[in-house]
Amino acid sequence: MAIRTEPFVINVGPQHPSTHGVFRMRVTLDGEVIVDMEPVLGYLHRGIEKLAEGRTYTQNIPFTDRLDYLASMTNNLAYAMAVEKLAGIAVPERAEYLRVIMSELQRIASHLVGVGSFLNDCGAFMTPFLYMFREREKILDLFEMVCGQRLTYNYIRIGGVSYDIPEEFLPALDKFVREMPGFIDEYDQLLAENEILLARAKGVGILPKELAINTSASGPVLRASGVKWDIRKADPYSVYDRFEFDIPTGSTGDCYDRYRLRIQEMRQSVRIIKQAAEQLPQGEVLTRVPLRLRPPAGEAYGHIEGPKGELGFYLVSDNSVTPYRFHVRAPTLINLTALRDMMIGWKVADAVIIFGSIDICLGEVDR
Amino acid sequence: MVGFNPDHGLFSYGLGALPPDWPGNYWLHWGLFVIIIIVFVLAMVMAFIYFERRGLGRLQVRLGPNRVGPFGILQPVADAIKILLKEDIVPAKGDKLVHWWAPVVAFAPALMIFAVIPFENGALLADLNIGILYIVAVSSVSVVGVFMAAWSCNNKFSLIGAMRTVAQIVSYEIPLGFSIIGVALIAGSLSMNEIVTSQNIPFILLQPLGFLIYFISACAEMNRTPFDLMEAESEIVDGYHIEYSGMKFAMFYLAEYVEALAISAIITTLFLSGWKGPLLPPFLWFLIKVVLIFFAIVWVRGTIPRIRVDQLMAFAWKCLLPLALINLFITGIEVIVLPQPLPWLIVFLNLAIMAILVLLWSKFFKLGGGRVEV
Amino acid sequence: MTVALSGDEIGGRLEEQFPGSVVETGLNSVLVRSESLVKIATFLKTASGLEFDYLSAITSVDYNDYFEVLYQLTSIKHNHSLVVKTRCHGRENPTLPSVVSLWRGADFQEREIYDLMGIRFDGHPNLKHIFLWEGFPGHPLRKDYE
Repeated sequence: MAIRTEPFVINVGPQHPSTHGVFRMRVTLDGEVIVDMEPVLGYLHRGIEKLAEGRTYTQNIPFTDRLDYLASMTNNLAYAMAVEKLAGIAVPERAEYLRVIMSELQRIASHLVGVGSFLNDCGAFMTPFLYMFREREKILDLFEMVCGQRLTYNYIRIGGVSYDIPEEFLPALDKFVREMPGFIDEYDQLLAENEILLARAKGVGILPKELAINTSASGPVLRASGVKWDIRKADPYSVYDRFEFDIPTGSTGDCYDRYRLRIQEMRQSVRIIKQAAEQLPQGEVLTRVPLRLRPPAGEAYGHIEGPKGELGFYLVSDNSVTPYRFHVRAPTLINLTALRDMMIGWKVADAVIIFGSIDICLGEVDR
Repeated sequence: MVGFNPDHGLFSYGLGALPPDWPGNYWLHWGLFVIIIIVFVLAMVMAFIYFERRGLGRLQVRLGPNRVGPFGILQPVADAIKILLKEDIVPAKGDKLVHWWAPVVAFAPALMIFAVIPFENGALLADLNIGILYIVAVSSVSVVGVFMAAWSCNNKFSLIGAMRTVAQIVSYEIPLGFSIIGVALIAGSLSMNEIVTSQNIPFILLQPLGFLIYFISACAEMNRTPFDLMEAESEIVDGYHIEYSGMKFAMFYLAEYVEALAISAIITTLFLSGWKGPLLPPFLWFLIKVVLIFFAIVWVRGTIPRIRVDQLMAFAWKCLLPLALINLFITGIEVIVLPQPLPWLIVFLNLAIMAILVLLWSKFFKLGGGRVEV
Repeated sequence: MTVALSGDEIGGRLEEQFPGSVVETGLNSVLVRSESLVKIATFLKTASGLEFDYLSAITSVDYNDYFEVLYQLTSIKHNHSLVVKTRCHGRENPTLPSVVSLWRGADFQEREIYDLMGIRFDGHPNLKHIFLWEGFPGHPLRKDYE
């Protein structure tokens, strides 16, 4: 005989330690089991798309920093690429290499935060999180070296990058590239085969391949479901076609796959950085573009493989100094589409780790 | 009159070993031990808070508190002052009376456990002949305090925490009890003092599986990682004490550490031969062992993730309980069949049995269920 | 390399299949009538050789006279892409058919457009405000929003 139960609603967020910001889920529970979930967004909505329509193309770069503040470099890159496509600006080769190095460093930094906070959600009391922040700190030091900033870099500009790298950067980068695989091995030793982590994450929150494609999931979430789709390979931008790297894919699309995939992607990123640093040519790093850039009337969609998925900027120009329309294809917002399907039937504790395994950044979701 | 009498322990010698028929002896003993226990517990809790925060800091590649006093040693004091000055918030729609009493009900049993912990031979408040039974009884009262706290807050998160708490503590009490019976069988007594005196070799060697089961269930009893489901910061935001602040929160915080201290002391007494040890004075041996066990608890906390509620239940009922039963059965047979002067045979036998059982269970036991169709 | 399919070629195929549905074709975009959007989207998703199974992004632009909504389609299977555009007129209650039944990835993006641009999507299962609160006056991304 089944016990008659009554579902009740709890609000997870907007102030909740595991929502990675101000995300809110209205979760309907039957005991501990989730029977319904509705995401409520918009607590960090700043209207960046509207604000950007009142600023010049160059002035908009700092706005892009503030979208996904854990991956500012790649945001800069996607925006700069969209503007360059719109205005037909060529980028010096050295700048392209620097862009690749920076965005791969940024990918590692973003994955470190993503994996760290995912493990924190699993209840590993801060330890993996702090281990990963130790390495992220080194990446931030490298960024500080090139642009003086540690969070919002504003480094990749329209037509190149803002400054050439200082002398001490390449030795420091070399040291990082040599050390990083060892650190990743350390994480694996600590957690990859951890019985509790396996029990918590394996088979939990499965996103099937078809659903992943249908809900336009992108980045690690899509690849963990077994779809070999990475814009760096599928539609190579910048100089990515000159490097050798693999696209890791998952098999089942559960939380554990998403976690493993990010770890493997970090290894691939280290590979790319190594090659890019070796091939780095000499020369200019910035094509001079007018400060009050007036791209010809038209539209352009520039997209890159950001750390969290396909990050795209759609720009419409009416030949004035400000964009007529500025739209961000926010990967993390769209990755959340399938969240409900992944959560239904699991427990409260799983809701938190499923959400954590998607790795969102509210600055980008809400814009 | 002055002189050390091993039968009456440390305090018989400082105070000149009053004759038992001397008036007031009984009350003096009580008064003295109540003061000693409270001072010991509070001082050790302070030390443990500092120790845990520094230790976790080391485990997590950071420094830990190092600003207040030399090496941050005064950090717990600063925390205490801060927490005393905080505003006391009671939820508007909460049950105020229950909300007020809950911290007391949670804290008192944890302190009461120390009544039967022998710090040295005979140095304990009350040498109950059912000491260990008393501990099991008293320590399960604190769940009432936790449930009262969760209920009185009128908060759904804390209610989930309360549901988990009750299920968890009731389940883990059973393997915990069974693993204690194993010790009692070998010692032949329920009195804590006699359990220690009967340990010629530490019972951890005679009861390795019992020790493991006790350690794990005790971690669950005092909700330490990986069983800290009832507070689970990342899921239900500290569960039962979500609506507590100021001194009432401090009581819960204190209760948690007092319980950790109590569990460490119980494990020391039951499995690590209590105060016994060569060279060093007995009290120091007791302290060293307590700190070692506490370190193990901190270590576990800093290393492994939390398990889910259904996995927690499955672990208690499908893994720990059968293991505890088998352990009890085997111990019973050994006590009857094997002659007493052969402890080393039992040591090797039990170690082998533990290895086989743990291997078997880790191979065939799977944690918890999966998705529920809704 | 993702091949951006020629708008003329696809437009020709669409016109053949659904006469009168294509308004104009661009370099790698087709502008279609809003009435036949769902039909065309279904065709693009299922027709062999096209199979646009992945909807990258939906964007809306306010051109004062009309709203233009763009669907950035990609085929993971064939690695090619196409932009489908459609327009809706009238500022009071502009309406378009929803494509959520085809690509569920459109769910949040259509809600976003409804919220910020004020275009209704018929057939959307849960058309509510997403970023702004219920009852927010106006639609901020419109050009005439003050």
